[in-house]
Amino acid sequence: MIPSAFDYERVDTVDGALASLAEHGDEAKLLAGGHSLIPLMKMRLAAPAVLVDVGRVQELSFIRDTGDHLAIGALTRHRDLEVSPVLAEHAPLLAHAASHVGDPQVRHRGTIGGSLAHADPASDLPAAVLAMGGTLVAQGPGGERLIPATGFFRGFLESVLEPTEMLVEIRIPKLTGAGWSFQKFTRRAQDWAIVGVAAVHSATHTGVGLVNMGTTPLLATAVVEALEGGASPEDAATLAAVGTEPPTDDNGTAAYREHLARVLVRRALQEAVPLTVADD
Amino acid sequence: MSGTVSVQIQVNGVPHADQVEPRLLLVHYLRDVVGLTGTNVGCDTSSCGACTVLLDGESVKSCTLLAVQADGCSVTTIEGLACGEELHPVQQAFQEEHGLQCGFCTPGMVLAAVSLLCETPEPTEEDVRRGLEGNLCRCTGYHNIVRAVLRAAKEQP
Repeated sequence: MIPSAFDYERVDTVDGALASLAEHGDEAKLLAGGHSLIPLMKMRLAAPAVLVDVGRVQELSFIRDTGDHLAIGALTRHRDLEVSPVLAEHAPLLAHAASHVGDPQVRHRGTIGGSLAHADPASDLPAAVLAMGGTLVAQGPGGERLIPATGFFRGFLESVLEPTEMLVEIRIPKLTGAGWSFQKFTRRAQDWAIVGVAAVHSATHTGVGLVNMGTTPLLATAVVEALEGGASPEDAATLAAVGTEPPTDDNGTAAYREHLARVLVRRALQEAVPLTVADD
Repeated sequence: MSGTVSVQIQVNGVPHADQVEPRLLLVHYLRDVVGLTGTNVGCDTSSCGACTVLLDGESVKSCTLLAVQADGCSVTTIEGLACGEELHPVQQAFQEEHGLQCGFCTPGMVLAAVSLLCETPEPTEEDVRRGLEGNLCRCTGYHNIVRAVLRAAKEQP
């Protein structure tokens, strides 16, 4: 399979990328690791007239501890997230989720910003960023804008980014010492999740993200509200499918996914939420 | 739209300079332009790993990379591993443990293993199985493949 023809521009800086986007508008797509976009182009499901290759914009490859949160450059690769000592200490959920994206070859190329901007409900990292209460930083002709992860995903493979904007940074509140869990249900190791759950729990923040339970990455808000209202993890988990619209496909029906979500959220909460009352 | 773009790619230590269409995939560049057909096209959807090569030392799926993305980089294919008649330790271990049946997945499997051993020089069996999750063998030869990689890990200098 071969993509349809396109013009290729390589840029080395964010400013260069923004200039290209300003010139070409929605004719152009940014190419980072390419592991979502190139398969779509090979299947001719995407046919951008111009590819702007941002894969070498070094200034966007970083993981920084900025005090109360972590700042992660949009072009940081999954492999770098996987082995980052900073993430291991302050956001182990994200490092672990990154280690389950695709396979090593994919993780050598794919980037966190590419994964988020692609807005695939079946991707692992959006659910983790949602669960942790992340904020996305977009840069455009008008400057920088901060978008809470909860407001970033608009529809299937669609984010709120404008055609002239670029996702440049992901900010994650530091939840050092928080309980967490990542549950990914697949038939084979490297597959997309049939359903996945990213959960994090501390005294100040509880978040449960769902993979592949609707047209966008989702938060299990009913589960979190129940927990905050004093429900047990087991009881809260029964609400995992509330407000979701999971797809039916070769891997399972919507009803099967709803069941999976309840089971996986229960397992995630049992792992992430420390027992406060000792059972007899 | 789309003329050609010049690329300079070092393949197995040999510099190549070519004019390519931007949409040319790296695997087709290696097979059709450079003429090295050891890299196989399997699923063509970045699932099977048959097309795995090393890009600046790291395993990548060359069916999901444009040749232009490898401009200025160094690529290692299965043809570039042996030193003359002397097989690379991972190749040698695949031979000794019979880590192949039909051989179609072998070039990608070997390169994925080389990359894995660079990142994890002393892997457990679990590390090897997880580390090769991106490479499929339809002959169900995984047991011997895993043995081969563990043997190569032990024998590497």
